[in-house]
Amino acid sequence: MLTYIIRRLLHMIPILFGVACLVFLLFTAVGEDPVRVTLGEHATPEAVELLRAKWGLDQSLPKQFLDFLGQIVTFDYGRSYNTDDRIVDMFNQGALVSLSITGPPFVIGTILNLIIAVTIAYYRGSKFDRYSTVVFVAAMSVSYLVYIIGFQYLLAFKADLFEINGYAHGLESIPFLLLPWLITIVVTAGPDIRMFRTVFLDETKSDYVRTAHAKGTSEPKILLVHIMKNAMIPILTYTVNAIPFLLLGSFVMERFFSIPGLGDMMITALNNGDFPVIKAMTMMIALAFSVFNLLTDILYAWVDPRIKLS
Amino acid sequence: MVSDPLLYVENLVTSFRTEYGTVTAIDDVNFSVKAGKTLAIVGESGCGKSVTALSIMGLLPQKISSIDHGKIVYAGEDILQKSSQERQQMRGNEISMIFQEPMTALNPVYTVGQQISEVFKIHRNYSNKKARQEALRMLIEVGIPDPEKRLDEYPFQLSGGMRQRVMIAIALACEPKILIADEPTTALDVTVQAQILSLMKKLQQEHGTAIIFITHDLGVVAQVADEVVVMYAGKVIEQGDVYQIFEDPKHPYTKGLMSSLPSINDTKDKPLNTIEGNVPSLSHLPIGCRFSTRCDIANHKCVETSPHLKPMNIGHHVSCHSAHAEEA
Repeated sequence: MLTYIIRRLLHMIPILFGVACLVFLLFTAVGEDPVRVTLGEHATPEAVELLRAKWGLDQSLPKQFLDFLGQIVTFDYGRSYNTDDRIVDMFNQGALVSLSITGPPFVIGTILNLIIAVTIAYYRGSKFDRYSTVVFVAAMSVSYLVYIIGFQYLLAFKADLFEINGYAHGLESIPFLLLPWLITIVVTAGPDIRMFRTVFLDETKSDYVRTAHAKGTSEPKILLVHIMKNAMIPILTYTVNAIPFLLLGSFVMERFFSIPGLGDMMITALNNGDFPVIKAMTMMIALAFSVFNLLTDILYAWVDPRIKLS
Repeated sequence: MVSDPLLYVENLVTSFRTEYGTVTAIDDVNFSVKAGKTLAIVGESGCGKSVTALSIMGLLPQKISSIDHGKIVYAGEDILQKSSQERQQMRGNEISMIFQEPMTALNPVYTVGQQISEVFKIHRNYSNKKARQEALRMLIEVGIPDPEKRLDEYPFQLSGGMRQRVMIAIALACEPKILIADEPTTALDVTVQAQILSLMKKLQQEHGTAIIFITHDLGVVAQVADEVVVMYAGKVIEQGDVYQIFEDPKHPYTKGLMSSLPSINDTKDKPLNTIEGNVPSLSHLPIGCRFSTRCDIANHKCVETSPHLKPMNIGHHVSCHSAHAEEA
């Protein structure tokens, strides 16, 4: 198992190197000149040279690339062009904020959806199953944005149950987070439950379920013991792969609720041509995807003996 | 001496709701099984063998099928009248079943030991430790080498034959009175097949288990069966003891089956005997005898009226107008 994890970690190196090449190529060859963007058309040549030297853009391209690789390895991406803050600090701060928006509803929502899906699977084919399918498909068909605007308008503005937007630090942020949490839970319920239900129902058609029936195992036990562990394999992939998207998904949420997380930081950086921040974010997202992919595979091995032992 | 049957099936009718309307999968099936004996149910795919087995087990898919008529009497009681809870308690305890696909019939994510232990925990309320000991005993009984080690292995680590042995261990764990074996050797190599059959025979002799053996392999029938039920398109067309069926088949279909068995003395280029045509679809059955569309000796009576299962000799029943006419 340990050799497997080490092998998978080594696999990540060429992937991340590829991403680094692409990112570097895109921002040096295709992107605008950040110095010109910052100083404007009429800057003096001296000012341009000065800023170029400060940002390291006067170096040769191979040297710049090596510097970039060095940044990736040390996680020190230098300073923002825009605010001159250290990117690591910005990132750490933003990541915590983003996680505080997406983390709790992800955990609560997944558990809740799993329970609902098992219940529906138990009553499969009944009226309850059919009606809930209709409700969840309808709920899924409505855009994410509609939920945000609708909930903000109805629950926060009209009913005054939540804060409309804003953010505070520490525990005081919770009142501001309640509505984003609620929206995330509502939005993910439809796709999650439908996915989990399908997995459970596919498993109920397996031969081992028939064997369990032939043994005299009770229906709840078949669902919770026999089917659950098998169903966890696809469910884990789906769930863990969703984690990096939690960061991306919060772009929209952070904008609408004026919450200073990573998504907000990324959008500000894009608007200002803040290349070091964009490059750092892109690499971090690539890293997050690789890490969570690995995590999925490790969890796989944990539930599926066929992988663990081969 | 005629001993009382352990289980008998009387006028059993099971139907399925399909998109083409309701289809009667088995129609008026009768047979009985005695303790320590093997009854083979023979027939082509789709003739109703497995539906019969699932009807006895109570494992028919509830939403699309129903038992419309008949009785299944076990230990003096009609089990069709029992609650689903009571039937669940019978499964794996009084009546067990093993299946055709040993590769997929076991749960891939639990160890062999856990899967055998479960039966003891359900039906005997054994503790984990005691159930595990009993599981080990069962592995020894079904002849799995290195049983201590196998107990903690997963199904994917075992060969097909070993998995079928584990299935047998699960099925026989609580010493059921009846074992239903639905083509248990079809997916196995011939040598492994012989080992599994002799294992089943040995365990049957030791425990006096009645076996309902479902197969389309006449070679297997000759090896294991005491009595044979031949089914065709949902009906029993002939039944009798294994000698009567093999030595003196009366129904044209059974005769056809027997003559289509190749003999070791045949030359290589002798073509195999076959029965022309196909089994009629259950949704478009002939009005008269269901075999009349393929029968060489069918006459107008066969086309118009359905024959009934009638005795020919002691214990030998046939459902064929011609066979009955000959006898009369």
